[in-house]
Amino acid sequence: MRLPSSIPDRADSAEIMRPARFGYIGVTLIVALLANLLALPGIAQILRPDLIALTLIYWVVYHPRRVGFLPAWILGLAMDVADGSLFGQHALAYAVLMYLSILLHRRIVLFGMRQQMLHVLAILAAGQTVMLLIRAVGGADFPGAHYYVPSLLGALLWPALFNLIRLPLRPRSTANVA
Amino acid sequence: MEYSPPPFFKRGPSLITRFAFFSVLSIVLLVADARFGYLRAVRALFSVVVVPLQQVSALPAAGLARVGEFFVTQAQLRRENDQLRRQALADAPALQTRESLAAENDNLRQLVGLRERLGRKTFAAEILYAPRDPFTRRVVVDRGGQDGLVPGLAVLDRTGVVGQVTRVFPWASEVTLVTDKEHAVPIQVQRSGLRGVTFGVGYDGTLELRFMPVNADIQNGDLLVTSGIDGTYPPGLPVAVVSNIERNAAYAFARITCTPAAGVSSYRQVLIVDKGEPQPENPLASEAAAMPTKARKGGN
Repeated sequence: MRLPSSIPDRADSAEIMRPARFGYIGVTLIVALLANLLALPGIAQILRPDLIALTLIYWVVYHPRRVGFLPAWILGLAMDVADGSLFGQHALAYAVLMYLSILLHRRIVLFGMRQQMLHVLAILAAGQTVMLLIRAVGGADFPGAHYYVPSLLGALLWPALFNLIRLPLRPRSTANVA
Repeated sequence: MEYSPPPFFKRGPSLITRFAFFSVLSIVLLVADARFGYLRAVRALFSVVVVPLQQVSALPAAGLARVGEFFVTQAQLRRENDQLRRQALADAPALQTRESLAAENDNLRQLVGLRERLGRKTFAAEILYAPRDPFTRRVVVDRGGQDGLVPGLAVLDRTGVVGQVTRVFPWASEVTLVTDKEHAVPIQVQRSGLRGVTFGVGYDGTLELRFMPVNADIQNGDLLVTSGIDGTYPPGLPVAVVSNIERNAAYAFARITCTPAAGVSSYRQVLIVDKGEPQPENPLASEAAAMPTKARKGGN
């Protein structure tokens, strides 16, 4: 996959972002929840990337002290109720995802967009693997290779989400940015 | 990542502690839900928040659909109307004979002393969405505990059995489709009266008729209808059509694949059927309970 060359090598470019308010973080997470709840027709429903997971990764990587485990865990429970999955399945997956993201956040921000996407892919796939293991313990079959497509699409969405979330955080005037 | 900040930078418990805490909490919930089926109340509580959010997220699409509906041309409406009228006319003879047949059937049943098949209460419901769970086949409908739904009710559409209500929230409930891997439906082959049980396959939207001997009287295209033995599904509803039979004498059972009769994943409106009269107790269970009294009677 070729990415447009306009994407800077260091994702964290020279711009200094304004601090993220808790309200804004909450809004992005609720929008992500709404997007996850949006009913899509047929196969799109199964293949859609988990936007809550992506948004959580963004906040943990770029503002590691702003989002803790508790909101991630509660969002996981909400997803469990919405998906009718086992209670705690998404919650555990999100806990794993938070752990990996916090563990890797110092490293991820140093990389360019492409390497970041690889990290995000690994983290999302780890979350999905946790869910797969939980269901396997419950006696479910492996649903097929398409099971990991949401992780792949999620990783591909990472640059778009990255730019979208930090849009309101850009400095008001760019005059001082060299 | 292993470092310990000086005390004036302390920011609560360490990462691994927090991770362990929330993991253990999740696993406790998982076990409580999967093994013991607790947490129904907690789930209902969450659903009170999640279901309205889901409806909010569906608003834009619903709005677009409504705008589209508004601009349906008159010609299209007239065509549809014509078609429906013709359909109604075609159905009329069948309906009329059905009524006389039903009356005749009732009479005959009374004659032979069978219990009448009671008309059951039905609820019309609309499918809200199909959950994003690749392991199961379910849909969420817009009727719940507030409408008097309980788990175990049968769900139909206009061509056959869709599934069964398995989880009830205050304003919504989850329906497990007949194609779900853990869903079994007791059926009868309409042509030969043979009884059996279909199981969902799970991944490809088909059903499997298991435990049928290789020489069973069953053909491609046979209609499988509910037998009503389970007390969940009313008898005589189409479940599936046999689509493929593999008879291999090396195995004890034939491999029979069926396609569901209902548009399991294509309709929006479904009908939920209330339970009929209570089923008789399991004779084995009642026998076991009656054992001591019998023994006492025998002693007299």
